[in-house]
Amino acid sequence: MELTNENVLGKIISKFGEDNIRDAFSPDGIMTVTADRDTIIDLIQYLYDDEELQVRFLTTMCGVHYPEQKNKELCVMYQLHSLRHNYRLRIKVFFPIADPVMPTLTNLYAAANWMEREAFDFYGIIFTGHPNLTRILNIDEMEYHPMLKQYPLEDLTREDKIDTFFGR
Amino acid sequence: MSDSNNDIKLVDAPDGVSGAGFFATSFEKVIGLARKHSLWPLPFATSCCGIEFMATMGSNYDISRFGSERPSFSPRQADILMVMGTIAKKMGPVVKQVYEQMSEPRWVIAVGACASSGGIFDTYSVLQGIDRVVPVDVYVPGCPPRPEQILDGLMRVQDLAANESLRRRNSPEYQALLASYNIK
Repeated sequence: MELTNENVLGKIISKFGEDNIRDAFSPDGIMTVTADRDTIIDLIQYLYDDEELQVRFLTTMCGVHYPEQKNKELCVMYQLHSLRHNYRLRIKVFFPIADPVMPTLTNLYAAANWMEREAFDFYGIIFTGHPNLTRILNIDEMEYHPMLKQYPLEDLTREDKIDTFFGR
Repeated sequence: MSDSNNDIKLVDAPDGVSGAGFFATSFEKVIGLARKHSLWPLPFATSCCGIEFMATMGSNYDISRFGSERPSFSPRQADILMVMGTIAKKMGPVVKQVYEQMSEPRWVIAVGACASSGGIFDTYSVLQGIDRVVPVDVYVPGCPPRPEQILDGLMRVQDLAANESLRRRNSPEYQALLASYNIK
């Protein structure tokens, strides 16, 4: 079976139901669906195990912060690849910033280990079940998660830039 | 056959008192002279300024003309710490540890805009100048500086080495400077 966006979407909707697989669209040819954190691990496991799909490669995953979306401020994006069929798909999971908890994907993909640490480091997303959820890129003493948009990008201790010239 | 020894340029003797069969001067001047012409650099190169330092070491610019032909990759035998490139905050403790492992007298050159002030990387992850973690003697501006500028920075350190009092490193001002960086 050749994989197309339509038949893959039909397959996962018939398995997980329309409530759990929402808002499918293809912004750049890669199908993007929204799933829930309760079913995301089962969904990725199903994509992995299914003999027709064989989506067995985690290209990347990352966190996103949308401060203007009420109760859907945080997002985790998974980009998966079926090397057998050269078929890619993208899955997003939204959740409130007050409850930044996601299940870990490390039991299925070891590659998710460092990516989840990165998402924790920059967005403060807690991946339950992760074997070593510590900061990976920033200094250990950092007291905030710098990619959350309420924090400025600039280093606040810099002294040689003044507002008049640099628009701070 | 020409006498090639005539081409060798020697440094002038320091000021002193000379007479028949003797020459007297102070230790400070002799030791300063010796130190000035054998400053061993420790290149701490993290980015593009390090590439400029490679050109500075190469035969065109030839840092060995100034007695610095022996880059010391062990801090214990180095005299100058040359920090070249962006130092992320995570790298800051490493710079400090390398500095602490160097023995006195030691000098530090911050080469390039990033090492001097953070440069264009005005961001939460980058140390805004290495003088946040170690005392700096000479700042070399530029992004990156040309090899001539790095050589000029080295010559400024040579001036410091030649003119420094032997007791300066024991002075309360120097101890206070190190204490302000929490270096014992």
